[in-house]
Amino acid sequence: MKKILSVLLASVLIFTTVSCLAGCSGGTENKGEVNVYNWGDYVARGEDGLMDVIDEFEKETGIKVNYTTYETNEELYNMLAQSNVSYDVVVPSEYMISKLIKENMLLELNYDNIPNYNNLSDRFKKLSCDPESKYTVCYNWGVTAMVYDKTKVKNKPTDWDALWDKDLKGEILMFNNSRDAMAIAMQLCGIDPSKCTKADVDKAAEKLMEQKPLLKKYVMDQVFNEMEGSQSAIAPYYAGDIAMMMEENENLDYCLPASGSNLFYDAMCIPACSKNKENAEAFINFMEKPEIAAENFKYLRYGTPNEKAIDLLDDEYKSSELSFPSDEYLNKCYVFSDLDDDVYAYMQEKFVEIQAN
Amino acid sequence: MKSKKLSIPYILWMLVFTMIPIVMIGITAFKDTHGRFSLEPFAKAFGYTGVFMKSLWIALLSTLICLVLAYPLAYLLTRMKKSSQNTVQMILMIPMWMNFLLRIYAWVILLQDNGPLDSALSMLGIHASYIGNTTAVVVGMVYEYLPFMVLPIYTVMSKIDGGLIEAAQDLGSNNAAVFRKVIFPLSIPGVISGITMVFVPSASTFLVSQYLGGTDDIMIGDVIDKIFWTDQGTGSAISLVLMIFIFVFLVLMNLFGDEEAIA
Repeated sequence: MKKILSVLLASVLIFTTVSCLAGCSGGTENKGEVNVYNWGDYVARGEDGLMDVIDEFEKETGIKVNYTTYETNEELYNMLAQSNVSYDVVVPSEYMISKLIKENMLLELNYDNIPNYNNLSDRFKKLSCDPESKYTVCYNWGVTAMVYDKTKVKNKPTDWDALWDKDLKGEILMFNNSRDAMAIAMQLCGIDPSKCTKADVDKAAEKLMEQKPLLKKYVMDQVFNEMEGSQSAIAPYYAGDIAMMMEENENLDYCLPASGSNLFYDAMCIPACSKNKENAEAFINFMEKPEIAAENFKYLRYGTPNEKAIDLLDDEYKSSELSFPSDEYLNKCYVFSDLDDDVYAYMQEKFVEIQAN
Repeated sequence: MKSKKLSIPYILWMLVFTMIPIVMIGITAFKDTHGRFSLEPFAKAFGYTGVFMKSLWIALLSTLICLVLAYPLAYLLTRMKKSSQNTVQMILMIPMWMNFLLRIYAWVILLQDNGPLDSALSMLGIHASYIGNTTAVVVGMVYEYLPFMVLPIYTVMSKIDGGLIEAAQDLGSNNAAVFRKVIFPLSIPGVISGITMVFVPSASTFLVSQYLGGTDDIMIGDVIDKIFWTDQGTGSAISLVLMIFIFVFLVLMNLFGDEEAIA
């Protein structure tokens, strides 16, 4: 018995050493690694018959990708500010980019290493949070819109006030996210959300308080279940996701609010803690290759800033007003490019208060 | 000496992953958003007293319902044949092989409009909404945490020495008296750990209420999560108060348990 055991142990030892050696020898063509910290579910990873773009990048360049995800911009910020981990590529939203730039937490990009930057359309080359375009390469953009169930909503909604419609009491959903919810309320109060003050937040909070008795629920991801399963009448959400919901339930329709909405975008940046800057630039460049950006678009349905990628898409996608609202509509939208920290904290506090009372 | 050495890994684990984080929460709770010393977080934390009380109330209610359901079940279990005991125990455990979130999703589908429950009751002419209220939240909690109540009680009960029961019977006790004088007092430690294992997580969870509750069913865990985005101070202060409440509750429970055991 003992003999068998020792033979077994020895073979295990030999096997592990050999496999380690093999692994190490493979390391000669190793081009290092890149630590990517992205939103959850934000790239095509081989689902729905699409390409796994991360695998594809590893195969093409030999650079190993350590891919991790976050759920909120704040989570990303806290990781960058308070922990010792090193990331090479992060994908924050507009207001978070402004904050990171202000606090010197991003590195300037070397655009010579990112030739695919030229594939982007002009609107998304010089972002409002980075007007001289030193730190960012836009990854995705979109607007907030409304999705409604034609069998439950009698009057076709045209603007945000449909979410305050007393006839739909108990069947309305609302964003469970202070920024988006407050912004809608501010628009209805005639306030420009991108320049809001604490007093404006108070007004918006009052408006949301008025809405609360009419609501079924505050939701984020649950909105898919609710709308696709015909459980609720109307909900505000991100336009790209609304396109997805409409494919699942033919009774759903959308409305781009007449008074405009929030234009948001996420851009790839390199944080100051990066240790593999060139690999990071290679990754960013790869993501802006037209065929890769097109795959990601098919997975997400959020607008891609990549003009060459749009050329590759079917007409059905290209003409979708949800993924690509007209320039005219975009001009009516506002961007949260520079939200003051204090005001944002106040928004969050007020929003929790609304839910708690 | 040897036993002390063996406990070193655990002590290290506790120190790094429990004690240090608690101390950090304690420090953060006394800082305002600009990082200066301040009592403001606690002042703000008291603004959420309503949610706090509601969360504790929901947790308490769920714990009591779990106890009422679990105690007889555990008792019956111990009186079954050994093979049936294993089967029933297995049935209790099976749902726990699935992810917590999936189980809650299942409840959403069960309770939603035109879901199985609604369709069945509609045939009888009863129309109502079963999801999006506090009752649904309590039902979800009870479902999630029931095994945590049954198993400790069952384990303690099945360890009760059969000789004690026989002795009581020999001394003229009927079944009710045996239960009252022998089994119940000896099962108290199981009840205590069951209550702890249900009450503590249900007081701080927020998933159940997010999925099954309505606009008014926000729980303290949800408040902590949201506030933490922008204001770690207040988030820590609420967490600290919650921890103190739970700690006091546990101490009280244990005191109560000891007295019972002595009596």
